[in-house]
Amino acid sequence: MRIGILALQGDFERHEAALRRLDVDTVLVRKPAQLQDCDGLILPGGESTTFVHLMRETELWEPLKSFCDRRPVFGTCAGLIVLATEVVNQRVDTLGAIDITVRRNAYGRQRESFVADVELTVGQDRRPFEGVFIRAPRILRVGSSTTVLGTRGEEPVLVSNGQILAATFHPELTDDLRIHSLFVDMVRGWLAGRDRAALGKE
Amino acid sequence: MWFDSPDYKVKVGLAEMLKGGVIMDVTTPDQARIAEDAGAVAVMALERIPADIRAHGGVARMSDPKVIRAIQEAVSIPVMAKCRIGHFAEAQVLEALGVDFIDESEVLTPADEEHHIDKWKFKVPFVCGCRDLGEALRRIAEGAAMIRTKGEAGTGNIVEAVRHMRAVQREIRRITTLGDEELVAEAKRLGAPVELVRYVRDHGRLPVPNFAAGGVATPADASLMMQLGAESVFVGSGIFKSENPAARARAIVLATTHYMDFDLIARVSEGLGEAMRGLDLREIPEEQRMAGRGW
Repeated sequence: MRIGILALQGDFERHEAALRRLDVDTVLVRKPAQLQDCDGLILPGGESTTFVHLMRETELWEPLKSFCDRRPVFGTCAGLIVLATEVVNQRVDTLGAIDITVRRNAYGRQRESFVADVELTVGQDRRPFEGVFIRAPRILRVGSSTTVLGTRGEEPVLVSNGQILAATFHPELTDDLRIHSLFVDMVRGWLAGRDRAALGKE
Repeated sequence: MWFDSPDYKVKVGLAEMLKGGVIMDVTTPDQARIAEDAGAVAVMALERIPADIRAHGGVARMSDPKVIRAIQEAVSIPVMAKCRIGHFAEAQVLEALGVDFIDESEVLTPADEEHHIDKWKFKVPFVCGCRDLGEALRRIAEGAAMIRTKGEAGTGNIVEAVRHMRAVQREIRRITTLGDEELVAEAKRLGAPVELVRYVRDHGRLPVPNFAAGGVATPADASLMMQLGAESVFVGSGIFKSENPAARARAIVLATTHYMDFDLIARVSEGLGEAMRGLDLREIPEEQRMAGRGW
């Protein structure tokens, strides 16, 4: 199994370090051709306007869109914004891979950034997760195909539709590997499904 | 250690989000929009860019809050602003304005020749310049969440930024070879806390992101600094003092992301028009150099 991390800009090295601690092979993706070697992909934290600009400039937009249709993808913060179907206060396009509506920088500027407990509704270990929220987006609407996997109070902050996983906070800035493990399991599940399909065809 | 405190995590976290990007100096909302559209990760809101500060002379201070507010309203990316070294009241005003990062900068005229700002007292993160590892670690000890090279701002000349980045990287490499018994003597030599020297020895890097600044004018300058170990690039006068700012901004952003793709850098460098004229360091009298401000 190999998981790509989009390395156009942002904290991609922190995701790389988390996956390495889980003994997963990684590749830093900057070019469309590199996506062919990836069984899953992480869109890191960073600036979403910069991501979209660079995706367009380097012809990654369409390849990423079709990657999201076919394989597991995990986005954190800016990554979540780029994956959403709708962003209420942003001029740039999104990939529309998970049915959520989000507001960018919804808590305010950097002085309003914070650390808060996230309650997980997934996995064996349900201890609170240290949520690092930096100029974070807010999920305003969760579509019918989307499941909430983590909340801060009443608010959804970790969501999935089975193939796409997205967090408004930054698990990669903590030492807690539970959410990265969850994504690795999603990729493993996808690989097993593909192998079964291949056997069925034989 | 303090690195684990939630406040510090949120500060350094924003610096992490800016990695691999370009932070551009802007003086108007229009310039800020050009920067954002070109893919900048943040803008530095200024009344004058460093080249004009240099030409203007006199005491250079924090920008007019009106300029900063107008730029905050124009863009969605983080907005930074500069305060004078040691001028904690200017920093308090910038924090009240809601700027996302404060640059305690040698580009402005220092307000205190002995003390930098106690940056732990602020919720907003700070970036500070350095010329070597000791200076970097002293600023981190004061609470800086990001370090940049000083370079020589407003010159369009990369030579000082290269000198400062090489100095920091060389000293980091050397420290990784030290034994436990050598750390206190090294801390004394560097003039930096021993815990930070130990951190650098154990991790082979600074505990905060390390960016390049001061003299970046071309896409190849950005690639050079990234290859020397910078994690992002500040471009001050280089963009809006050039002939075609939008094209140059776009090219520097692409060259920072793809800093090892020389075909791409060649392509984006074509026909950018005149870069800023630039200054040879020998043309600048010692007393007019900015890098020597602060310690």
